[in-house]
Amino acid sequence: MMTAVVLLLIAGVLFFAIGVLGILRFPDFYTRLHAAGKCDSLAAVLVILAVALYNLGDFSLGNLLVSLKILAIAAFVFVASPTATHAITEAALVLGVEPWTKRKGGK
Amino acid sequence: MMERIFLACGIALLLLIGLCLIRVIAGPTVLDRILGGNVIGTKTTVLLLIIGVLFDDVGMFVDIAIAYALLNFIATLGAAKYFLRRKAVHLIHEDLPGRDSR
Repeated sequence: MMTAVVLLLIAGVLFFAIGVLGILRFPDFYTRLHAAGKCDSLAAVLVILAVALYNLGDFSLGNLLVSLKILAIAAFVFVASPTATHAITEAALVLGVEPWTKRKGGK
Repeated sequence: MMERIFLACGIALLLLIGLCLIRVIAGPTVLDRILGGNVIGTKTTVLLLIIGVLFDDVGMFVDIAIAYALLNFIATLGAAKYFLRRKAVHLIHEDLPGRDSR
């Protein structure tokens, strides 16, 4: 059980790091959004699951309730993060942010 | 042992938040800043849970994390809607002289 918690934690932090790398290094807005949206929702859900599992280590009714609340956070993040990403993308499309292409020459 | 692993994860998340702050400060457009803020908010939600584990009081910090996740979502939607309405302001002011952004 604790092994699973550690694995989930490390995977989550790793995905967060990959997402931040994408946000910092990608050439234009849409690619950054792509990195941020996917990596963030996955990594957040992984770490939240790890905390919920760790909290169930000493089992009682109160701890079960708290773990259910933590799972509710995971479900909310899994719905809300793509929605927020979609809203930002729509704003960028309407505002006319142009996508990066190889021809226009990123540096 | 587990406490130390959670502590290490919390510190790593804090460093990643600092790296995201670079994108918030330096992002060429307003939308980049909104994106950075959204990512920082997601990381903070997770960090609050880890802080709860470290303080051995998850029951209280869970409620704070729920409230923070809701606020982060609403704030991102609101900022995106706001900049959807003011087309003129957006990219022109952000174009620094000497940088060929388009």
